[in-house]
Amino acid sequence: MTTSPDGSRTSVVSVTSAPCPVVVVDQGGHVVELNEAAAGLLPEARVAETLTSPAWLADAHRTAGETRADGEVGEGFFSARPSVLPGGDTAWWLVEETAHRSAVQELELERERTRFLAEASSALLASLNLSRCMEVTARLAAGRLADAAVVIAPTGAKRPPMVVCDPQGTLQHSTVPVGAVPTVPGLAEALQGFPPVPSRWIEPASAPDWLVPEGFGEVGSLAITPLPGHGVPAGALVLLRRAPRTAFTESEEAFSGLFAARAGAAMSAARLYAEQNTITETLMRDLLPPALRQVQGVEFAGGYRPSVDTDRIGGDFYDVHPPGEECADSLAVLGDVCGKGLEAAVLTGKIRNTLQALLPMGDDHARMLRLLNNSLLNSRHTRFVTMVMASVRREDRDVLLRLTAAGHPAPLIVRGDGGVEAADTGGSLIGVLPRITSRTADIRLAPGETCLLYTDGVTEAKGGPLGDAIFGEQRLRRVLGECAGMPAEAVVERIQMLVAEWVGDGRHDDIAVLAITAPKGAHLSAVDGTTAGRYTA
Amino acid sequence: MTATPAPERDGEPARHRVGARLVSSTADERASDWADKLWSAVRAADEYWAQDVVTGALDAGLPPETVLLEVIGAAQHRVGVEWAANRMTVAEEHAATAINDRVIGALPVRRPDTVLGKVTVACVDKEWHALPARLLAETLRLRGWQVGYLGAQVPTAHLISHVHRTGADAVCLSAALSTRLPAAHAAITAVQAVGVPVMVGGLGFAADGRYASLLGADAWAPEARAAADRLAAGPLPAPRPPHQATDDLPHLADQEYTMVGRTARSLVRETFQRLEQRFPAMAGYDDAQRERTAEDIAHIVDFLAAALYVDDCDLFAGFLSWTGEILAARGVPALSLLPALDLLEEQLRDFPRTRRTLDAGRAALGPAPDPETLE
Repeated sequence: MTTSPDGSRTSVVSVTSAPCPVVVVDQGGHVVELNEAAAGLLPEARVAETLTSPAWLADAHRTAGETRADGEVGEGFFSARPSVLPGGDTAWWLVEETAHRSAVQELELERERTRFLAEASSALLASLNLSRCMEVTARLAAGRLADAAVVIAPTGAKRPPMVVCDPQGTLQHSTVPVGAVPTVPGLAEALQGFPPVPSRWIEPASAPDWLVPEGFGEVGSLAITPLPGHGVPAGALVLLRRAPRTAFTESEEAFSGLFAARAGAAMSAARLYAEQNTITETLMRDLLPPALRQVQGVEFAGGYRPSVDTDRIGGDFYDVHPPGEECADSLAVLGDVCGKGLEAAVLTGKIRNTLQALLPMGDDHARMLRLLNNSLLNSRHTRFVTMVMASVRREDRDVLLRLTAAGHPAPLIVRGDGGVEAADTGGSLIGVLPRITSRTADIRLAPGETCLLYTDGVTEAKGGPLGDAIFGEQRLRRVLGECAGMPAEAVVERIQMLVAEWVGDGRHDDIAVLAITAPKGAHLSAVDGTTAGRYTA
Repeated sequence: MTATPAPERDGEPARHRVGARLVSSTADERASDWADKLWSAVRAADEYWAQDVVTGALDAGLPPETVLLEVIGAAQHRVGVEWAANRMTVAEEHAATAINDRVIGALPVRRPDTVLGKVTVACVDKEWHALPARLLAETLRLRGWQVGYLGAQVPTAHLISHVHRTGADAVCLSAALSTRLPAAHAAITAVQAVGVPVMVGGLGFAADGRYASLLGADAWAPEARAAADRLAAGPLPAPRPPHQATDDLPHLADQEYTMVGRTARSLVRETFQRLEQRFPAMAGYDDAQRERTAEDIAHIVDFLAAALYVDDCDLFAGFLSWTGEILAARGVPALSLLPALDLLEEQLRDFPRTRRTLDAGRAALGPAPDPETLE
C-alpha cells in the first residue's frame, strides 16, 4: 500500500513495485509520481513538472476518456493504458511491444508478399504466349518491385525483343538496339541463362538511354536480374528506381529473386510452347486438309472433321491437283485410311505424297491405283486405304468427270431437278490384295449440278434426335436432293452441319466431304474466289 | 443520288437539320438499292452476278464498310427473314449464305500503316452461323486490326491454343443460338483464364445482351460496328482472375441443368414414345414426319437446358413463341407443341426450376386450348 503525497488517500497497488514503467499524472498534466522503470525510460520526466515527452503519451493524457495509446519511446515501442486513481490522477502503465510490433509488421509484409507472389504466379501461368508473359512480368515488377521495369527476351536475334513498363503502367514493345547488349554490364550473362549469375547493380548514371523509359527522370538505382529458365534461357529483368530511392534492402532483393524465379519459369514455358508449336505446325502443315478454290472454272469445296474434336488431322484426306503438263484434267482425290488419329494422319501424308508423284499418269486411274497399291504393299504399314479419284474437266458450261472408287462408297451426283444418283464405279480397296481391279464411270454435270465425294464417317454417323439411328445413305441422298443448284461450298457446309447435328455430342469417325460443282450463272469467265479454311486466318 | 438540301420554304425553321438528315438517308438509300440488287443475285444463287453487284457498289463510291454491313449484311439479314417466313428452304438459305460469304472476298484488302492490335474472332463450339462473325472480322480488318478469324464451331481447345500462339489482345465470340450459351460460357471462362478479355455478340446472348454479363463476358456488342467502335474506344477491361464457372451461376448447384442436359437424348426418346401412345394419329406419320417430330422435341429439350443454365424462363418462352411463329408460317398450329411440354413435365416433376420454365413456355404459346378441340 502506498500513501499519496497528501496522505489522505490510499491506492491498492504500489507504483514503485509495479513490474513495468508507471507514471502518475494529475489532471493538469503534471507528473505526480514515477517508478524507477519509468524514470529510466523517460529521463526527461520530472515529478511536479508537465509531462511533455513522449508527446503521444502527453496527448493521450489530455484527451478525455482515452483508454489506450501507443508510440515510440527511444528505440523501443510501447503501449500505455491508463487507470484513474481515486483522487483524479491517472496512472499510465507502459508495456513494451517492440518485438511484438516488429513481428506484426514483418507478418504483414510477408502476407503482402505472399499475396503478390500468388497473384503474380496465376497471372504469369495463365498465358503461354511469350510476349504476353513479358508484358505481365514487366507490369508486375514495375508495380511492386521498382518504379519501372524492362524485360528482355532471350533470343538469338541481333535485336532481342523487350517490353518496357513505365511508372504509369504503360507498356511499350521495342527491341534492344543492335550491339547494345554487351555495353550493359551483366546483361549478356543474364540473357545467357547459364552459369547462374546474381542480380547486378550498375551505376545509374551509366544506364543507356534505351533502357530508361522516356520521361522517367533521374535513375536512383538500376538492377539487372537474370530470369532463371530451368535449362533454357528465359531472359533478363531490369528494375529501375527513381532518385532518391536507392538500392534494395537485402530482403527486397531476396523477394525480387523469388519473383524472378516465377517469371522465368513462366517465360521459359511459353518459349518451349512456342517452339513445340512451330514444330507441330510445320510437321502438320502438309497433313491438314487443303483450302480449296475454283480450278479452271470448276467449283471445288471440301470439309473435314476429325474424329477427335480437339485434333485437326485424322485418317481421312482430300486433295485437288490442278492440271499439269502431262495431265490435262484436274485430279480430285478423297480417301480414308483405316484407323484414326495421328498415326492414320501420317499415312494419309504418305499416300498424298505418292499420289502427287504419280500425277503425270493422272489420266489413267487404274494404273495410278495399281502403283499406289504396290507401294503400300511394300511399306511396313499394315493399314489399308479406300479412295475415290475424279478427273475433272470443263467443257463449255458443263463439267466432265471420270470417277473411280476403290473400295470406297460411290460418289453421289445431284442433278438439276433434285434427282440423286450414285456413280457406277467400284473396285478393290488399296493396300491389301496383290492384284486390284477397278471400274471407272464417266459423268457429265450441267451447271448447278454437283458430284459429292464422301467418306463413310458421313453415312455411319450415329445419333439423330433419338440418339440411336445411323445417318445412312438414304438420308444423305435426301439431303443432297435439296442441294440442287447450290454452290459447292454451300453443299459441303449443309452436309457437314447436318451430320454434326446428327452426331451431337456423341462419338464419330473422321468425316470428309468434297463437292465438285459446275458453276451456275451467266458468266463464262472463271472467277478465282478463294475462301480461308475453317481454322485458318 | 446526291445530298441536296430540301428546297427553300418560307420561314421553315431548322432547315439545316432537314438537310443533314437527308445526307444520311441518301447514303442509306444507296446502300439499300445495292442490297436489293445483291438480294436478287443471291436469291438466284448466282455467285458471279453477286460479285458484280458488290464490285458495282464499290465502284459507285460506297465505302467498303458500308458495302460489307449495309449491302452484304443487309442481304444476309433478309435471308433469315425470308427463311422464317417460309419463303426460302434451309438449303436455299445455305446457298445464299455461301454466296454472301464468297463475295466478302471481293472487298478490297486494306493494309494499314499501323496495326491497331490483334483480335481473334470465332464462333463458339457447335455454332454454325459464321457470317455475323465474318462480318465483324472483316469490319475490324478494314479498320486496321490484325484479325485471326477462326470461323464456325471452334472447339474451345483450338481457340485457346490460337490465343496462346498469337497473343491476341482480345477475343470476340459469336453465338447465334441461345442453346450455345453453355459452350459460350466455357469458352469465355477459358479465354479469360489465359488473361485475355472477351467481347461477345450475336442473338444467342439476347437482343439486349443480358446473357453476356451473366456469363461474365468483359464486353458485349449488338452488331459489328458497335463492336469495332468498342474496341477502338480503348482496351477492354482486364478479365477477372481465374475462377470456377459455377461462381457466375450459383443456381447450377441445384443440378437441374446437369440432369436435363445429361439425359437429353433419353428425355427426347421417352417423350417421343409417350407422344406416340397418346396420339394414335402419329402412327400414320412417315419416317420424315416422325423424324421432324423427334427433332422438334430435341430442340425443345435443348432450349430448356439452356434456359436452366442461365436461369431465365424468358429464354425458353422466347424460343417457343418464335417456334410458334415459324410453325404458323408453315401452316402448323403453335399449340401442337403443348403435348410435348406436358410430357416433359411428367418426366421432370421433381425439378421445380424446370417446371417453372416449362410453365413459362406453355404461357408463351398462348391460352390453353379447349380440351374438346384436342380430342
